[in-house]
Amino acid sequence: MMHRHPILRAVSKLLIAPIMLFALYVQFHGDYGPGGGFQAGVILAVAFILYALMFGVETARRVAPMWMLRFLTAFGVLLYGGTGVVGILLGGAFLDYNVLAADPKAGQHIGILLVEGGVGITVASVMIVLFFTFAGRK
Amino acid sequence: MTLVIDVFLFLFLMITAVAMARMNSLFGVVMMSGIYSLLSAALFMVMDAPDVAFTEAAVGAGISTVLMLGTLALVGRVQKPALRRHHFAALGIVIVTGIALAYGTYDLPAFGDADNPVQTSTVTERYVDVSGREIGIPNIVTSVLASYRGYDTLGETVVVFTAAVAVLVLLGRARRRGVTGEERESDLQ
Repeated sequence: MMHRHPILRAVSKLLIAPIMLFALYVQFHGDYGPGGGFQAGVILAVAFILYALMFGVETARRVAPMWMLRFLTAFGVLLYGGTGVVGILLGGAFLDYNVLAADPKAGQHIGILLVEGGVGITVASVMIVLFFTFAGRK
Repeated sequence: MTLVIDVFLFLFLMITAVAMARMNSLFGVVMMSGIYSLLSAALFMVMDAPDVAFTEAAVGAGISTVLMLGTLALVGRVQKPALRRHHFAALGIVIVTGIALAYGTYDLPAFGDADNPVQTSTVTERYVDVSGREIGIPNIVTSVLASYRGYDTLGETVVVFTAAVAVLVLLGRARRRGVTGEERESDLQ
């Protein structure tokens, strides 16, 4: 339906890669600046939504199939909870990252990385699922 | 200077809210709600809360607007004109609630006061003084969100997950009911 908008298509093609890159930057720079898993997930989802708006939801579904998105929504939560359970197994409390590595600070780094990763994965896939479900209805 | 910006941002917020309430064009309402979110994000930014501003701009102004537009594509973009009747009871309730809320703000600490509980709390002191050594991350917000308050963030992630599950249960199935078996197969792939 967007065949009549060559400028929009060209510009969005140019934008999608930087948007994804920015999402990764926000994800991994969250320790040092504003940002984190939640914001990064939303920005990553925006890249897919822009693609779906420009090239149609059906095309976008081939790039990000629903079964994969459904898996990822649960996987992010499991990654978060799993990090907490690993803390218990290593002798700490639930979501205690100090025990994840020999050095407590390194453990905190690993724990926060995994947890933020879980948040990012869940938020991104949930936002894409919501858009695909709403926009994909006829 | 900050005060001037604050006053104008709040003024714009109020204008946007009133315009949203009075509009019949749902497309306009969705656009206005996006503007409302962006103004809120600017307010958070002025109040030195970039993490919150970031989230508000990305979720409120970005994703919600797109989702609302997706909904509009399903329900149509014009609202039935409201009946022009005067609901005096409703007006009374709104006025009383408004007065109660305004009265409630007198118990809040003054804006920007150095003696605010959040400034003097021992918890704040601990986060500011010790989190750098304890967690080893310069951004205190991330330390609090992901480590000190890990339970809360886990809860939030589960809430987001639940939203997707609810939407899929409510809308995902209704969509499939209308299509043929062949398409259903490809949909499940």
